[in-house]
Amino acid sequence: MSLILSPNFHEPGRHFFRAYGPGDEFYEALIEMHRDLSDEQSALVNARLILLLANHIGDLSVLRDALRIAREGVF
Amino acid sequence: MLSTYRYPKYDYLPPPELTSKSQRRYPLVVVGAGPVGLCAAIDLALQGLPVLLLDEDDTVSVGSRGVCYAKRTLEILDRLGVGDAVVSKGVSWNIGRTFYRNEEVYHFNLLPQPDHKRPGMINLQQYYLEEYLIARARQFTHLDIRFKNRVVFIDPRPDGVLLHVETPDGAYSLEADWVIAADGAKSSIRKMMNLDVEGKVFLDRFLIADVVMKADFPAERWFWFDPPFHPGQSVLLHRQADNVWRIDFQLGWQADPEEEKKPEKVIPRIRAMLGDEREFELEWVSVYTFQCRRMSKFRHGRVLFVGDAAHQVSPFGARGANSGIQDTDNLCWKLKLVIDGKAPDRLLDSYSDERIFAADENIMNSTRSTDFITPKSRTSLTFRNAVLTLARHHPFARALVNSGRLSVPAFLVASTLNTPDQESFAGEMIPGAPMDDAPLKVDGKPAWLLDQVGNRFVVLHYAADPQQIDATMRHEIQQLALDAIPIEVLLVTPAASGTAHGLRVLEDYSGRYAERYDARPGTTYLIRPDQHVAARWRAFDAASIRAATMRATANLS
Repeated sequence: MSLILSPNFHEPGRHFFRAYGPGDEFYEALIEMHRDLSDEQSALVNARLILLLANHIGDLSVLRDALRIAREGVF
Repeated sequence: MLSTYRYPKYDYLPPPELTSKSQRRYPLVVVGAGPVGLCAAIDLALQGLPVLLLDEDDTVSVGSRGVCYAKRTLEILDRLGVGDAVVSKGVSWNIGRTFYRNEEVYHFNLLPQPDHKRPGMINLQQYYLEEYLIARARQFTHLDIRFKNRVVFIDPRPDGVLLHVETPDGAYSLEADWVIAADGAKSSIRKMMNLDVEGKVFLDRFLIADVVMKADFPAERWFWFDPPFHPGQSVLLHRQADNVWRIDFQLGWQADPEEEKKPEKVIPRIRAMLGDEREFELEWVSVYTFQCRRMSKFRHGRVLFVGDAAHQVSPFGARGANSGIQDTDNLCWKLKLVIDGKAPDRLLDSYSDERIFAADENIMNSTRSTDFITPKSRTSLTFRNAVLTLARHHPFARALVNSGRLSVPAFLVASTLNTPDQESFAGEMIPGAPMDDAPLKVDGKPAWLLDQVGNRFVVLHYAADPQQIDATMRHEIQQLALDAIPIEVLLVTPAASGTAHGLRVLEDYSGRYAERYDARPGTTYLIRPDQHVAARWRAFDAASIRAATMRATANLS
């Protein structure tokens, strides 16, 4: 499997009437997770989150693609 | 400054109460003649009810204010008889461009949904909408609009509402059976009744300017995040009618609104944005702040709150006027049934429940947009910028760019007025859904589905061949039309078949109805007067239709 770059947020058993619904819900939860944290705490939480998601994905070829794209254009 | 629009001045006439000195009782009083109050008054007048509409002013909204009127609003305006005027004056746009710093991140093309009468939205200055609504309201002899009539006192009682009204010629009082409070975000009715409106205040200010542009400029929506000409903030550019462009500049909370409104401050901002050569003139400028909040109930006895008086959202997504007009769409048919004694007054509680459900969805979406556009923390800003930098190349990130999710109607899935499905259906026209449109032919002429329903309960029965409707079913259809709450049955058929024993036939020549409503021979939908699905079945059964109508009118406890 290759890295998915098209919209992919969803939840089994739930129907979203609007295409932007699941992505916006994720984004809100992401920002909410950082509420009341200092910048340093937020950076730590972000790092933990990346590690959790990376382990869940597992496939190193997918992760390498993501690492490369994340770094692209950032100098 | 203003030049493209001449503001009408409506005549104030001394109300009859001032000369007769007798206190009158009115069945319905609407307070506030903005877009929402006007829609309520027209809808009720269409239902045949006498309406008194009070407004403290004598002209329309000053400046463009509300700009985007979304598809559902246009469909409601069609039902009220002003859809064509609004759409023909309004500006349609499909291309939206999103910029981050000095480059375009991506653009989208909002192609209108195929085979719908109305586009996703049009842009039009609010004063035009109000002018057209006032012209429409004046066609009803039983709709009395009183300009320069300000409500200064309200006493809501169990059996009626007492209002004191001030006019240029003095004050008078009146009684009303029902009051619709459409008096805006600062609702004086709400304040006089000591009712709370709770939610979030956003510490931000936006400058809005209406600009007349002499040079050509594409009819597109441009949204900038952190542009070089206005660093650290967002800017939105929209085209309206008469070559008037609407520009919204985010200013931040520290900005001084009085200072920012001065032309010597505004003009350089716009010049920096447009580049030096382009000629323009400033028509109107204002500074606004906003809140996302609502009342805990929209019904308080005989007083019903609609629009900004009941709920307020951030402007991103155009969910203010659009949702207010949908409030009236939901309320007016219910009020008519209650006034006529055909439904218990708890039907009006369903107005509050259904529109609170919708208001919460609007508040949620407009809050999410606001949080994306104006991040509240460093981490939130980093994520926002990460999305924008990825959006250039990756579709998943484009879907996360949130510069406003345009107003769409809520699916009222939790409403107690719905009859839950007993059979399985594909698609989205579930009980509580706002109806999808479809092209049809009626008597061989092109027509639209939504224009065939509304203002009454309608059953859409899909039949392969309407000629085969037997005498028993024809009799049942006739009986349904004679009920206390009449139900009109319309036949939908895939192919032309002329008349069917005097029954009205809608020809689904394109197959869109069958597709969108997952219709097969026998499929039967019950439609509310506000063009929402109340119930559906795979076969026609008069008893089920009656039971669902009773449920949809709160006649079942």
